[in-house]
Amino acid sequence: MRRRTYAQAIREAHADLLRQDPRVFVCGQGVWNPWYAGTSLQDLDKEFGRERVFDCPVSENATTGAAIGAAIVGMRPIVFHARMDFMLLAVDPIVNQAANWSYLFGGQVNVPVVIRSVINRGGEQGAQHSQALQALFAHVPGLKVVMPATPHDAKGLLIAAVRDGNPVLYIDDRWLYEQEGDVPEGLYEVPIGAAAIRRPGKDVTLVATSYMAAEAAKAVEQLAERDIDVELIDLRTIKPWDRNLLYSSVGKTGRLVIADAAWMSGGIAADIAASVAGDLFHALKAPIGRVCLPDVPAPTSAPLERAYYVGAEDIIATVEKVLL
Amino acid sequence: MQAGNETLRPSLWRMMSLIRAVEERIGDLVAAKEIKTPCHLSIGQEAIATGVCAALDREDTVWGGHRSHGHYLAKGGDLPAMMAEIFGKVTGCSKGRGGSMHLAAPTVGLFGTVPLVGATIPLAVGAGLASRLRRDHQVAVAFFGDGATEEGHCAESLNLAAFYHLPVLFVCENNFYSTHMALKERRLKDNLAEMAQPYGIPGLCIDGNDACAVFEAARTAVTRARAGEGPTFLECRTYRWRGHVGPAWDLEVGAHRRAELDEWLPKDPIARLTRVLLEEGRSEQELAGWCAAIQREVEAAVDFARTSPLPDDSDLFRHIYATRR
Repeated sequence: MRRRTYAQAIREAHADLLRQDPRVFVCGQGVWNPWYAGTSLQDLDKEFGRERVFDCPVSENATTGAAIGAAIVGMRPIVFHARMDFMLLAVDPIVNQAANWSYLFGGQVNVPVVIRSVINRGGEQGAQHSQALQALFAHVPGLKVVMPATPHDAKGLLIAAVRDGNPVLYIDDRWLYEQEGDVPEGLYEVPIGAAAIRRPGKDVTLVATSYMAAEAAKAVEQLAERDIDVELIDLRTIKPWDRNLLYSSVGKTGRLVIADAAWMSGGIAADIAASVAGDLFHALKAPIGRVCLPDVPAPTSAPLERAYYVGAEDIIATVEKVLL
Repeated sequence: MQAGNETLRPSLWRMMSLIRAVEERIGDLVAAKEIKTPCHLSIGQEAIATGVCAALDREDTVWGGHRSHGHYLAKGGDLPAMMAEIFGKVTGCSKGRGGSMHLAAPTVGLFGTVPLVGATIPLAVGAGLASRLRRDHQVAVAFFGDGATEEGHCAESLNLAAFYHLPVLFVCENNFYSTHMALKERRLKDNLAEMAQPYGIPGLCIDGNDACAVFEAARTAVTRARAGEGPTFLECRTYRWRGHVGPAWDLEVGAHRRAELDEWLPKDPIARLTRVLLEEGRSEQELAGWCAAIQREVEAAVDFARTSPLPDDSDLFRHIYATRR
């Protein structure tokens, strides 16, 4: 199998889509700037021309709105936000407009737009360059939210998102960009709404999102050495998330740990925990564990960052707790 | 069409009269509590939607706001479907999900109106962008009020459309009020058309109560846009006779502006075109005949709306997501 990095896989998805479908275009701030997007958009403008791959003025609202308008009239835009934080300047077009459009007009008009944003955690980048805001968008009916954790899914989910016919938020993570994995050639789709079992197990279900799926994989290896058999699920789609797969896993293991590198309050982990507690209470042998960021803004200074970010060690500690 | 064309002026007159008759009827139905969804009437402002849309082709797109009955009708939207929508019926143009503020007629280029002011301005820019990428020479029109010019959407969109020379008409319907607040209470200068200049866009201030003048300005802007010369900003000055929402006159809802209204009522865009048509030799009877036909059309739409079914409860969960196409 071909090996590619996560960033290369994203770029390949863009290139394949641009090649295959004349309705696809890419816009946003930093599209011509490798510094913003790693190698994930590198030289696409040179390959496909600056009319279809265009950097934009500092106008998140108008750029996103324009992508939405273009989608409504039949194009397949991918609009890029180099930091998820910047995307908040486009919340009106995303939440008020794109999410509602199909419903409001009785399904006559839909919005096949992909809104791509990057979580840029760590590196002393501080509170306004690091946020993981997926829960904000997952709250809204009409939006879909995907968060690939592997190079394979990074490519396949972007292709599925562009072809979905609805507004899809595609959230990738800078901490995954250099990770390598198998990436098939050509256009293939990873279905939206389908989670993946990364490792079958019988003692505890561990469901993780995005970067935390990579941390969870490390945690699971270490736990296996101690004969703790974890079933690891990579959620992949945050909205709508895969209830069937998760419920059948929890039904089997009776224990659940959720790892989502966003804040704990009101987040994805809270939604999953409440759903499982509400629907599968009698299958649970232990309280549900959550590994999330503490409810504070992202600090800048390195020691504070170390205290703030969660990873494999926190997952291990939480798994141990639910196994007691 | 030429403004001097024999068929243009009667068609402008009929469209303005249709919009007026429809909205007056809606106003009565709101007062009678037969319609409950918030209705924002454009009575007094009919010349702008009418004049601009007369300069467009069917494939050109228009994007509106909460006060868009006129945009919908002038672009060729189906009247019974709009009336049914306002009644909340499943036969409505948005299948009972939109009401008066969310109208759509995609087959004639109206892809949706929404009430968050200014929200559709960047969407229109996106339609212009799509047109440029497809090279299909379609023009996109953003209709918005004076209040929307205060939103960030507007400034960002002007720059984007100007920079990429997109085929967009920014049509500001300046009725001098944003809900209850006058322009002079919100803005230091009454100079909306000048907003376009820093972006390198031609900005024209025109009489929005003169349907022929609006048509001429729009036609010039459309020609420019189709030729790849970029957007135009049209400030069309007009006046809102009724309240921000509902059928009541603004005087009745506490916005004290008797003198302004007295100044603007004689500038009624329909009465003005009536005088021109009579001078041209049309007879009172002919115009009365057109009026009667319009009234019949409106009543037929009301009957259709009244007798149409309401959506079923199970319809609540449909169309949240589009099925893949």
